This record gives sequence, C-alpha cells and structure tokens, in this order.
Amino acid sequence: MKLLNVSGSPHVHSDESTKKIMWRVNLALVPAFLVSIAYFGINALLVSLIAVAACVLFQWLIEKFIMKVPTNIDDGSAVVTGLLLSFNVPATQDMMWLVILGALVAIGIGKMSFGGLGKNPFNPALVGRVFLLISFPVQMTTWPTPSGKFFGNFACNDVVTGATPLGLIKEGGAEALPQVWDLLIGHMGGSLGEVSAIAILIGAIYLLCTHTISWHIPVTFIGTSFLAAFILALADPAWNTTGMCAGEFALNQILMGGIMLGACFMATDMVTSPMAKTGQLVFGFGCGLLTIIIRRWGAYPEGVSFAILLMNSITPLLNRWFQPKRFAC
Amino acid sequence: MGGVHPEENKISSDAAIEQFPLPKQVVVLMNQHLGAPATPAVAVGDKVKVGQLIGRAEAFMCANVHSPVSGTVKKIDACKDAFGLAKPAIYIDVEGDEWEESIDRTPDIKRECNLEPKQIVEKLKEMGIVGLGGATFPAHIKYSIPEGKKAEYLIINAVECEPYLTSDNRAMLELAEQCCIGISILRKALGVPNAYIGIENNKPRAIAHMKEVASKFEGIIVEPLKVKYPQGAEKQLINAITGRRVPSGKLPIDVGCVVSNVGTTFAVYEAIQKNKPLIENILTVTGKKLPSQHNYQVRIGISYNDIIQHAMGELPATTGKVISGGPMMGKAISNLNGPTVKGASSVLVIDEGEATRAQETNCIRCGKCVGACPMGLQPYLFSALVKNRRFEEAGANNILDCIECGCCFFSCPANKPLLDEIRLGKNKMRAIMAAKRK
Repeated sequence: MKLLNVSGSPHVHSDESTKKIMWRVNLALVPAFLVSIAYFGINALLVSLIAVAACVLFQWLIEKFIMKVPTNIDDGSAVVTGLLLSFNVPATQDMMWLVILGALVAIGIGKMSFGGLGKNPFNPALVGRVFLLISFPVQMTTWPTPSGKFFGNFACNDVVTGATPLGLIKEGGAEALPQVWDLLIGHMGGSLGEVSAIAILIGAIYLLCTHTISWHIPVTFIGTSFLAAFILALADPAWNTTGMCAGEFALNQILMGGIMLGACFMATDMVTSPMAKTGQLVFGFGCGLLTIIIRRWGAYPEGVSFAILLMNSITPLLNRWFQPKRFAC
Repeated sequence: MGGVHPEENKISSDAAIEQFPLPKQVVVLMNQHLGAPATPAVAVGDKVKVGQLIGRAEAFMCANVHSPVSGTVKKIDACKDAFGLAKPAIYIDVEGDEWEESIDRTPDIKRECNLEPKQIVEKLKEMGIVGLGGATFPAHIKYSIPEGKKAEYLIINAVECEPYLTSDNRAMLELAEQCCIGISILRKALGVPNAYIGIENNKPRAIAHMKEVASKFEGIIVEPLKVKYPQGAEKQLINAITGRRVPSGKLPIDVGCVVSNVGTTFAVYEAIQKNKPLIENILTVTGKKLPSQHNYQVRIGISYNDIIQHAMGELPATTGKVISGGPMMGKAISNLNGPTVKGASSVLVIDEGEATRAQETNCIRCGKCVGACPMGLQPYLFSALVKNRRFEEAGANNILDCIECGCCFFSCPANKPLLDEIRLGKNKMRAIMAAKRK
C-alpha cells in the first residue's frame, strides 16, 4: 500500500515564493531599464549587464566556496541587487569596471556577510552605491546628459557631461533646469535608472497590483518629501534658487534625483523595511524627511541613499515599537 | 483583520446528500468528543439496536455514545483512530438495520416543541449531541449557561470558509427547515431574542434559501458575510456579527455569545423532535482528481477505507494526502482503517504535488504572515523564538492567542512551517504555565 503524506495543517499553500517576488521586481524594473538604454545608449546597457553579472557571480562564488551552502542564484535576488546598483550609478565608461567593485561590496559585504538573503540589515544595492560614491566621488558624479531624442547616442560613448538638476539647485545654475515634462519622461542628467518618473511608476503600479509591495512606504516617502520641500521652500527662500513657486519647486524636488526610484524600489525592499503597516508609514516618513534635510543642508546634492540606509538601521526598532494591533485584547 | 483567500474549490457543492450503505462492521470510539471518554455500557456478545446507548457519559466533560448500527458487539478494545492514536472502542458486527422503537423514522417534519429549556439541555445530553463544527464540544455543557453569565446572541456558524467542504452548504439547501427548527429549539434553550446565521457570500443559493425558510420562523436572521478565510473561526464570526471581541483566554459566553455549527442544529432537530441520537454525519468526499464528488449521510464508526472504496473504488494513483476536514485546518489521516467519528466533515483527497511542501528558504521579512494573521500576531517572531527555545518570550507576545487557522504558513513565500513551530511553542508555553501553577 502506498504511503500517505502526513503533516500539520494547512495542507495547501498560496504558491507565493521568494523567487516569484524577486522576478516580479526584476520585471517591474524593465521599463526604467528600457528608458535608460534609450537615453544613455549602449553605456547604460553595458553597465547594467556588467553589474547584474557581477552580482550573480559573486553570490555564486561566495555561496559555493566560502559559505559552502547550496547555491541560490536562481532566486533572482542578486539580479535585483545588480539592476538596482546599476540604476544608481551614472552611465559612463568608468562605471563599467567600478560597478564590479560595487557589486562585490553590495553582495559580499552588504548581503552575504550577514548570512545571505533575508538577513542583511541594509539594502545591498545601496551599500554598494554609497561605497562607490564615497570612494570614487569624481567618477560617481560625472553625469552624462541624455541626448535630446530617443536612441540619439546609442552607439556613442562620448556623451556630454553635465550637472544633475539637484546639482544645479545646490551649486547654482537653476536657469538651466529641465521642465517638469522632461523630468517625467527622464530627459535630465542623473543616474542610469532614476531619470524617468513615469517608467518607474509603471513598474511600481505593477508591484502594487501584484501585492508585491504595499502603498505605505512609497506614498509616505514621496508625500513627506513633497511636503518637507514645500514647507522649506516657503520658510527658507535661500534654498529655492529657481524662482519657482513653492508648490512647483516641491514637485520638481520629488521628480528630480532618486526619490521615485528609492521610494518605489529601494525603500520597499522587504528585508530591510518594517513588517507592520504603521511601522512602514513611519519608515517612509523618515526616508522622505531625511532626504530633504540632506538635500538642503548636506554636503551632497542628493540624499536618498543615505536616508534609506539610515532608516534601514532603525528598522528593527520600528518592528519593536510598531507591532500589529492584537485582535483578542 | 488579516485573513487570506485560498482557492475555494467547492467542487462538490452540487452533489446532493446520499445515504451511505451499511458496512459489515463499525468501530465506535468512546471518545469522539472533547473531554473524557465514555464508559462502555454493553458487553461482548450483546445484541444492540440502532440508537441504543453503548457508551455512558460519566465524567463532567463527556458525551453519551450510541450505536450507529444494529448487530452484535464483537469486541471491546483499543482501536487506532484515523490519526494513529489508540482509543477505547466498541466493535460491532452489523446485522440488519433494526432501530430503537422510540426513534421517529418517518419523513414528516415535526415543528412543535413543548420542552422547557432545562429539558432541552437534558435531552441534548441524553442524545450525545456534540458540536459538529470541528471541536466536538459537548452541546449540553455549551447550552448550560454558567451562573453569572448571560447569553445575548445565538450565532449559527454556516460560514463554511474552508475550501472544498460543502456539507454545511448541502444541509442548508436540503434540510433548511429542520435546521431552522433546531435553531428555534436552541434559541428557546438559551432564552435569547434572536439567532443569527452567518453564511459567506460565495453561497448565494444557500443564503437565498435560508432567508426564505427563516422568514417563516421568529427571530432567525440570516447574515451574509464577506468571503475571507477564516471568516468562520469562532472569534472572527462573533466579531463580524456582533462587533464584539472575545478577550484572550475567554470564551464566547463571556461576551454573551453562543456559537453552534449549522450541522449541529440539524442534529439538535433530530435529537429533540425525532428522538434520534447523534449517530450520523454529513460528510463531503472530494478532491480535484476524484472521478466523482459526493456528500454522504454516513453512520459514525464506518472506516475511512470503506468510504473511499464505496466512493471511488480506490484512491487515485497520484494521491499524496488524505485529510479529514478542510485543507486549512483539517488533519492528515495516517490510518485509513480508522473509523469516522462525530464531527467528521470530509474526506479530502489531495494530489502529490499539492501535498508536498516546498523547500524552506530564509525568511525575507516580507511581513505577509503578519498581514495575514487574523489575531494580529507576529508569526515570524514566534518562529524565531521557538527555534531558539525562548518560549516565555513567545508567551509574552501572546502566542496562546493563535487559533491555528494556518494563514501564516499559507501565505509565507519562504515556505516556513510557521504553524508547526507555533504549535510547538503553544504546547511548551502551556506546560510552563501549568508548572507555574503547581
């Protein structure tokens, strides 16, 4: 007689898996990836591919030869880290080798040193990115300016370099700022994958619809940034060098730089953000507030990476402070 | 709060209730209910009739057991139940189908009930009625309201939120009037103004039919409920209907509620109006790969093997698991020779693919278990605490609130056996608390 399986209940599963979650995130990053290729050409494609390949390879090597555990590269998490890392660097030829270094730090120090996926306290892609930013400040802030039209400089490796809009606000030169429409479609200088708000939002909506992420972190992150920028622009006219009204300035702030990418794809990283919805609201609020504080008073024009990493560091505390409401009390 | 949406798979909902044929032998367990086993009231060689008392309730938390068949008592011995636990049992060889004369076997529906509340409870005890929603709690204890407590609501659980199960649905479609008479009797026993029948919105036919039948009765209200597992969990149902919450460690009666399953109300009707003890269950036989789906009225004590043989010949070759109950909270059967008992609601056959757990991976702290928990607990935390043997900390995080609905494990993308770990933690925590009391 055939033996039957016996186990505790439940006997069915939702069929959700870590692998499916990670590959959905990868799929959600595709629109922004396509935009980056359209604007920054072959450089963007190569930087991304190198970053992904390096992340996957380093994870495989570390799992196989250092941790000596079954390798898990097909779970897609290293691909997410690689894509996000490349999205956070400028699409230049220098980055084609620097991003390998970034991948080693992201995967090696940021993730595997803590025990692998799920155990890292900080977002690995941001660990890699901040390492590169601090170690190679010149290369990391040499921004190619996208050509005026799609695929304009696809084969051209000598892109014009210029400042990002946030750099213009910080260093002066606000008269050269792009229009809101350019910010939406991504026609501005900046990191490879962060430029087009629309492409990022398409991916974010897909993740929301598939219940991969919840609205709590992105909405509070972007909302807080907008409000903080609005209030600061009113209270501190010296910051607003653009001549825009406070509302328009705040709108520009959330569309420039990495807020959209950070809020939708990096702050929402499950591993490093709080579990409870209330904790997520506080997390998103903190990210937004810190971003604007760094943009206004920090040495760097952009503060999204630091803001998210700082909030990552208090995620365990947020998990302790904001616990779900108990039903039977 | 919380909850999940498993595939409903109510594939047997169109199968009308069939009478299951008599087997050659039945094995009647002496503890088919929550509490102490009954004491055998017959000896080997005795002739018994259908409905004759064969196990007497002597302890407080106990229920009478009656013979489901007529025949000769072959053996009084321990028997392994469907889950492999040895229990005292009476083996009866079936001869004919001779019933006790007191039982009214006519198909007429008897509507009038002149018994006093006390007499009703007494008769529930005599007839061995237990709750058929799963916990098999003796009904006479549930309907004896303790001093100082007052029942305000009678809630009838017809939610049937477990996937696959359809026995309650069929009972409502085919036996609605009997159920409503049973509800009226229970309402009288408690002395409450209204009884509320909670039914999930995915059973529109049952809702419409029950509404129509209930309108002829006084004080029976049908409450359609949102489709969400575990809507039919006692505490969640009470909350959905009354807005009240049963505090941790308390019982429904502490918030003025008494909850009974709709199947129980049919058993109550038969016991009070027809003098028929609890000797039959309505049982769903279902599974995606089965050639046909069934709802049977089955005598208690028939083995699971007999049911499978009659329903499908033999199990499909790709069977992975056979479950008594639903896929979310049911128990996996390890011994198909074991007999059915009061409250058995289904034989669910699950295929190998679904029955095999996927490889467990690292927790990615996605919080899906936290979002799914209907009790507002943190299953991931219990998992870590129990693994590190920090049971008291798990207790401080209210591990004992867990109702074991399985939503956490169901939704976990890392396939962590969260509920297994929580069950272990709950047992350890109870042992710690018991040791402290000493």
